[in-house]
Amino acid sequence: MPADHPPARENPMNTDGASATSTATALAEGVWTPVCALADIVPDTGVCALIGGRQIAIVRVGQGDTLYAISNYDPFSRAMVLARGIVGDRGGIPKITSPIYKQGFDLRSGQCLDEPSIVIPVYAVRLQAGMVEVLAGG
Amino acid sequence: MISSKNLVVIGNGMVGHKFLENLVEAGLTGTWNVITFCEEPRHAYDRVYLSSFFNGKSAADLTLLSRPDFYHESGITVHLGDKAVAIDREARTVTSAKGVHIPYDQLVLATGSYPFVPPIKGNDAKGCFVYRTIEDLEAMQAWAKGCKTGVVVGGGLLGLECASALRHMGLEASVVQAASRLMNMQIDDGGGAVLRDKIESLGVKVLLAKDTVEIVKGTEGQVERMRFADRAELQTDMIVFSAGIRPRDELPRSAGLVMGERGGVVIDDQCRTSDPAIYAIGEVALHRNRIYGLVAPGYHMAKVALDAIAGTPAERAMTFTGFDMSTKLKLMGVDVGSFGDAFGATPGSHVVSYTDSQHQVYKKLVLSPDRKALLGGILIGDASAYGALHQFMLNKVALPPAPEDLILPVREGGKPVGMGPEHLPDAATICSCHNVTKGVICAAIADSKLVDVPGIKACTKAGTGCGSCVSLCKDILKSELKKAGITVSNHLCEHFPHSRQELASLVRLHQLRSFDALIARHGSGRGCEICKPTVASIMASTWNEHILERAHAPLQDTNDRFLANIQRDGTYSVVPRVAGGELTPDQLIALGVVAKKYNLYSKITGGQRVDLFGARVEQLPAIWGELIAAGFESGHAYGKALRTVKSCVGSTWCRYGVQDSVGLAIQVENRYKGLRSPHKLKSAVSGCARECAEAQSKDFGIIATENGYNLYVCGNGGMKPQHALLFAADLTPARLLQILDRFLMFYIRTADRLERTASWFNKLEGGLDYLKAVILDDSLGICAALEAEMEHVVATYQDEWKTAISQPDKLKQFRAFVNSDLPDPSIVMVAERGQPRPAFWDEKREHMAALLGS
Repeated sequence: MPADHPPARENPMNTDGASATSTATALAEGVWTPVCALADIVPDTGVCALIGGRQIAIVRVGQGDTLYAISNYDPFSRAMVLARGIVGDRGGIPKITSPIYKQGFDLRSGQCLDEPSIVIPVYAVRLQAGMVEVLAGG
Repeated sequence: MISSKNLVVIGNGMVGHKFLENLVEAGLTGTWNVITFCEEPRHAYDRVYLSSFFNGKSAADLTLLSRPDFYHESGITVHLGDKAVAIDREARTVTSAKGVHIPYDQLVLATGSYPFVPPIKGNDAKGCFVYRTIEDLEAMQAWAKGCKTGVVVGGGLLGLECASALRHMGLEASVVQAASRLMNMQIDDGGGAVLRDKIESLGVKVLLAKDTVEIVKGTEGQVERMRFADRAELQTDMIVFSAGIRPRDELPRSAGLVMGERGGVVIDDQCRTSDPAIYAIGEVALHRNRIYGLVAPGYHMAKVALDAIAGTPAERAMTFTGFDMSTKLKLMGVDVGSFGDAFGATPGSHVVSYTDSQHQVYKKLVLSPDRKALLGGILIGDASAYGALHQFMLNKVALPPAPEDLILPVREGGKPVGMGPEHLPDAATICSCHNVTKGVICAAIADSKLVDVPGIKACTKAGTGCGSCVSLCKDILKSELKKAGITVSNHLCEHFPHSRQELASLVRLHQLRSFDALIARHGSGRGCEICKPTVASIMASTWNEHILERAHAPLQDTNDRFLANIQRDGTYSVVPRVAGGELTPDQLIALGVVAKKYNLYSKITGGQRVDLFGARVEQLPAIWGELIAAGFESGHAYGKALRTVKSCVGSTWCRYGVQDSVGLAIQVENRYKGLRSPHKLKSAVSGCARECAEAQSKDFGIIATENGYNLYVCGNGGMKPQHALLFAADLTPARLLQILDRFLMFYIRTADRLERTASWFNKLEGGLDYLKAVILDDSLGICAALEAEMEHVVATYQDEWKTAISQPDKLKQFRAFVNSDLPDPSIVMVAERGQPRPAFWDEKREHMAALLGS
């Protein structure tokens, strides 16, 4: 790890409401945005969608249609990279691992599995007629 | 403080130096004015490794001085290149050849020995040498330049080493031995026969029971041929005498000290001569009618003499009462071990022996009359059991009912029959290099909660000398952990109850070709960032399918996933392969054109390549399209795979080069490019012993010799540098590649995840001997399989980038956004020294805040 690795902060981007509190509920008033076909996401990988300037990682777990959506922003490296991480589980919790410094994140809640004080935003995602849709905006 | 008492040491060889080192360590330099005479023009050096001088080590490399200023700093006066020529015992003075005349209070003789040259007619011919000092070696080297053949007279330990040195200099070498077998002092006829076969198979002729009667000179007084008592003759261009040593005892003799009948100054158990003010240590000393021609007893004498001179109380002072002359060594790559009563001289003793002429192995045990104790033994060709057997002998451990099991080979499926280390007493010395007992190791395991051999090495130093006790250390560790009820889990992660090695063999055994098939059968859950890349690597080195195939892509670690090296801002760097570091001007231009077009920061890497930084993920395919068009291919800088084979310019240009190092580097790199392994692999080829390519810091390094190539393995730069070890010498390129095929595949099969070759080697039971046995002698019978596995990988090589950009499903993965063609707005570059670099957080804080907040 480089010496200048920035310490992760409790509230990585506390500039507005789109941080730890931005759960699916908070965005419930947004709109469902179609993003891509399910087949566009290789099983057990993620892709990144750009929705209204916001970068959202959509992760497909397993061969089926289990989908999760989280922020693409990695608060540890402060880079937009989470969609490129390895998908797996820890003790049955579905997770994605940051490709930079390898912290794991619970795909369901955005809870960082290696640093309890870190929670990243999660979004609602659904499959509608073969299209993946994310609830964002608001 | 200036003392009034003078302590004079005559001789600055290994033993004389050790004495002075001990003296400094004991803090006695204040008590004595210490003066030493050294006949040779340089301070003490390591004569044991003298032959490494021919492998490119310099006189400076062999020095024994811990730091160049050791003597000066310690206040010891050294008369270098000045020989002591007279001792006046009445006046207690020493006089030197250069006229130094000093009084002594105590005198230590450490004058050593000289090589015995048999009184044969013609032994003064030009081209006759002895093998003792660096000057001898320099003279041999100079003469050998015009020679084709060389003969060593004497088939003892040093003679065989000398024959090996002649081979290194490119001569056809023969050993002429007067006795009926090689190493007749240490081994018996059975062992001698096996050793002879081994030595001959290495290209050295062995002539036994040959009495040389004359050396016939040519017209210019040089060696022409040798004549033997049986009238046979042997043509040769040079002769090296290695027919034993004689003590350099002219000083004590002329001083009138009591001498042995056949030389040597007589000493008692305190190393004192017949004059109580004079001590003798090392090869000049005769103790109980015996001269000890090895360094270890000499070192022991050095301690004993110091205790006596320092006036250590008798109950703590060491004494010299003889020395265990057991030896284990490697002669020209052949294991030779001899310990205790190797010849079965004890009345009523029994012998069990085992000979395997095909594998050139001989093992013999000498048992006590009741067959319950081990008295001695001989091991040729495989001395892996030496450490344990030697311990059994020293500690008089009761043997199992069938002692022959200790030397018989293990049958397929059988368990090695041996005696566990629990049979050894705590006082047993496990590491004789650092004098570490079993008790000390066990205490360290318990106190520091050690679970591996590197831990033992760090805590106790055991195993860090010659390494022959490493397997014994491991056995002790296992037995101690078992006693403590500790099981060390080697499970890869929560998803697999197996080690990486086990998974690799399961994949081979059951022909499993995907992660899903493997985890369904041998694991549980969905996998993680530990097991997925590990399995991806195993799949790649076993089946070698493209790593971005649908089944494999999700397993790949960060860099492999996008065939590029991710940087702190999420952009990538691109490193095309530049095999051997050889680059055409057009390729250089092409690199520049691409870097300029995509505004990439450019830097030369340590591996003689060019790294282009700052490519966005969606730019990678276009960049590679242009690089491939210019003749480049993937450099695998992103993979735990073979990276580069660095080279110096070699004989093609360099006036010192002896082989085409660039050509070989390119050949090696092209053979193994893209080979996935437990960790990255680095290599280098140097064109001569000057080693400009730094091959000895690589996982495998190659250094050209006059006769071929020397292979070094398991070196490492990086965080914990470690020198690579010489694995095989004077190889042809074909043999080199064969050995590399085996070595690399063996490493890939057996190493842990993310374990570089150096740490893998450090954990390997049996160390270098074991590795050589497996790779060079095929002791496990797996070499054909290893070669076939490598052949498969080589035959199925593809340029990963070329495939990736030609297949739509793979190409599709390289995009910033699944729903937009916009570039990632979070990537911000700033200029520095005329090139771009990613903005630091403070430089883009507001920009990021806006992005995240939108």
